[in-house]
Amino acid sequence: MSEKDVDLRRRRFLTSSVSVVGGVGAAFTAVPFVASWQPSERAKAIGAPVEVEFGKLEKGQMLRVKWRGKPVWVLRRGAEALSGLTQLDDLLRDPGSDVAAQQPGYAQNGHRSIRPEILVLVGICTHLGCSPQYIKTTDPHALGDDWPGGFFCPCHGSKFDLAGRVYKSVPAPTNLVVPPHSFLSDTRIVIGVDQGAA
Amino acid sequence: MKNILVCLLDWVDARFPLTKLWNEHLAKYYAPKNFNFWYFFGSLALMVLVLQLLTGIWLTMHYKPDAERAFASVEYIMRDVDWGWLIRYLHSTGASAFFVVVYLHMFRGLLYGSFKKPRELIWLFGMLIYMTLMAEAFMGYLLPWGQMSFWGAQVIISLFGALPFGIGEALSLWIRGDYVVSDATLNRFFSLHVIALPLVLVGLVAAHVMALHEVGSNNPDGVEIKKVKADGIPKDGIPFHPYYTVKDIMGVAAFLFFFAFVVFFVPEMGGWFLEHANFVPANPLKTPEHIAPVWYFTPFYAILRAIPDKLTGVAAMGGSIACLFLLPWIDRHPVKSIRFRSPLFFWLITIFTLCFVILGFLGTQPATILYSEMGFRLAELYFAFFLILSIYSNERSPAVYVTWLVVLVGAILAIDFLRFDPAKSALIMGSALLPLTYLAVFLLGPAFTRLNESRPVPERVVWK
Amino acid sequence: MKNFLGITCLMLLLGGSGSVLASGGGAALQSAHVDLSDTASLQRGAKLFVNYCLSCHSAHFMRYNRMARDLGIDEKLLQKHLMFAGEKSGELMKVAMSTEDGERWFGVAPPDLSVIARSRGADWLYTYFLSFYEDTNPSRPFGVNNLVFKDVGMPHVLWKLQGRQVPVYAEDSHGKKHIERLELKEPGTLSADGYRRAVRDLTNFLVYVGEPAKLVRYGIGFWVLLFLAGFFLLTRLLYREYWKDLH
Repeated sequence: MSEKDVDLRRRRFLTSSVSVVGGVGAAFTAVPFVASWQPSERAKAIGAPVEVEFGKLEKGQMLRVKWRGKPVWVLRRGAEALSGLTQLDDLLRDPGSDVAAQQPGYAQNGHRSIRPEILVLVGICTHLGCSPQYIKTTDPHALGDDWPGGFFCPCHGSKFDLAGRVYKSVPAPTNLVVPPHSFLSDTRIVIGVDQGAA
Repeated sequence: MKNILVCLLDWVDARFPLTKLWNEHLAKYYAPKNFNFWYFFGSLALMVLVLQLLTGIWLTMHYKPDAERAFASVEYIMRDVDWGWLIRYLHSTGASAFFVVVYLHMFRGLLYGSFKKPRELIWLFGMLIYMTLMAEAFMGYLLPWGQMSFWGAQVIISLFGALPFGIGEALSLWIRGDYVVSDATLNRFFSLHVIALPLVLVGLVAAHVMALHEVGSNNPDGVEIKKVKADGIPKDGIPFHPYYTVKDIMGVAAFLFFFAFVVFFVPEMGGWFLEHANFVPANPLKTPEHIAPVWYFTPFYAILRAIPDKLTGVAAMGGSIACLFLLPWIDRHPVKSIRFRSPLFFWLITIFTLCFVILGFLGTQPATILYSEMGFRLAELYFAFFLILSIYSNERSPAVYVTWLVVLVGAILAIDFLRFDPAKSALIMGSALLPLTYLAVFLLGPAFTRLNESRPVPERVVWK
Repeated sequence: MKNFLGITCLMLLLGGSGSVLASGGGAALQSAHVDLSDTASLQRGAKLFVNYCLSCHSAHFMRYNRMARDLGIDEKLLQKHLMFAGEKSGELMKVAMSTEDGERWFGVAPPDLSVIARSRGADWLYTYFLSFYEDTNPSRPFGVNNLVFKDVGMPHVLWKLQGRQVPVYAEDSHGKKHIERLELKEPGTLSADGYRRAVRDLTNFLVYVGEPAKLVRYGIGFWVLLFLAGFFLLTRLLYREYWKDLH
């Protein structure tokens, strides 16, 4: 072996080229493996948008449906409940729904909904994933005499008002999530499709 | 920066023999410098193993080992899982590629006598890898739960039923865990396919490589490079790293090109890699018109089928694999490489290879009278090869060759007498010419010509 | 390099000769000339499939929305023309008929057609659609038979399109009668060529359904091979650079 004939620069260049191109190849090869963990077409089909007929829903009544395996609530609020929302601001952590990820833009308002009376929420506590209970003022409860109605998580005691907004000094960090939804007619909504998208 | 890395390496080396292992197996492992094309297949086999493990792990994430759902879950992978089709095709093509590579790797050993002393254990570990691979492939083929999966498993498990004294029936019942191949069979095959056998395979591969690095590689000239050393380093040796790492990377790139061609354009390989009938879900009540194992089993399957008796057939198939195991003790000729062995040896190997390939073809075909007879004759040649190889191990007197000829011709004729069927007398008598000519050429050749003389083996490897 | 050429030839040879392993039948098969890039043909085939096959046969590994996406069919058109009311577009192409009913009506339950093109082959399917003929044998429940699928349990669902075919017999040297060819006794709503085109569309569609990712596979495969060819050349340069050391 004649050491002095070796063109070290060429050798280093070729070695790094092969390493880089090989690395790019390996990275491309990793794509299918990583991507195969994404929800499959079956999962997407099962998690497809759900249509809900709510015409028969009375004021103060709530419907529970399953969307993407999670409970979704559709609640019809009366005028009283809606006016009550404005008086709670001081007790709430995020009264203005400023955390953008918790609701679509069209529900970033005082009543957190498209039509004021119809509230749509994902019924999963933002603390550790339990499903809170809907507790009306008239229901027997131990949340104090001034409980204006709302949601209470039995796991760790988080409380939310009738717009799904979280109270201060409870473990849940953010408001309940409003899922993408839109109105198909006056009595029918679809959960999973954004208003204006279809 | 560099300093930190050096410190880290020192820290590790004080606790784990990292640098030592690197040197022993790569940087200071001296391999003969005259490796040729045939020496790519060892590293390629290792690469395919890794590929199979990786794609296998990923398929297991989506597959359901349940007779009711297995077929559907494979189609689920093909359609509903993102990129699932690619992972599945990589795995199914990888199975065939594994055998392609391993067969070529074994053929290399045959050509250059790589199984001979002191490399007998490397060969034995290799044969164990090959056997495990066959079991692995067989069990994996059941998992898609198509018609071929089901009936192939049914046939192969029934082979065990050939064992006498009622052992066979009990054994095949035990393997299936049911009266037919069923959900229980599928579930246990799944477990063995994804856990047990891969573990065994990886262990055997480690043993194979360790044994190789202990004695050192053979080479196309069959010369021991360790015999000629300077400063303790074989004069004809070069460090595996970087010389053979860069060469093997080139081999991997070329291999992947052909592999990707199959995966992306002809994953079924016209029915050779994925059989058409396996796209029909398993139906225990209806055998497909024509069933054949996947191509890598067919040479042995052809030998099994060629013999018109269940137990003898199974024994012959077992024997055909056992012969390969015993190769280091069958061929004890001092010259390793075909390059310096006799012209007759060259033809012996060539005809054996042809036999193996044609048997493989016959194994895929329906068993017509003509094909069965051909299968029988080729099976005879297959076994004759090992006998002749053994006879060629030493120089022998013409009388010995002639005696062998008489004995073997007698044996062939006796077998023909036993299986004689007047309906195909012409075929049997005509085809008998094949083994008879073969024996005459290879036993009279060395007795009366100089066609079996080896050439002198050089002291050092031939280079340029 | 010589070796690589050799391997390529061998692989092409193997790939070609392998088709002899495909399940054959009595009659010679006619080539369907499948072309998966012919979207219009696939769309027509989809329509035929949904209207004529899907009432008895399912394709229960195939999703409607996948088909619509791959064949460039808009969601609304899909719902209107190719789906029955009330189904969601992400659903599988299932069939209402139960296995038991199928067995009672046809002797065997109509098989699922998701991967039929992969087990039977395109040419077989194409020839099968062309080879129905009237069989007056009283044992034939629907009065038809098929040249490539003897005593098939399925009626000739497309007969209104094709018309009615009758066999023309010939005698061989041993005096044995066999069907030489089929003749159109009464034309259907389509011309002979029109019917061929229709069943080719249907075959094309079934091949697509057999493996929806096939075209994707070809598309990616080209780039992968190009990349690997480049990578090979690079590794070859590296190899030659290092091996210069050895004399």
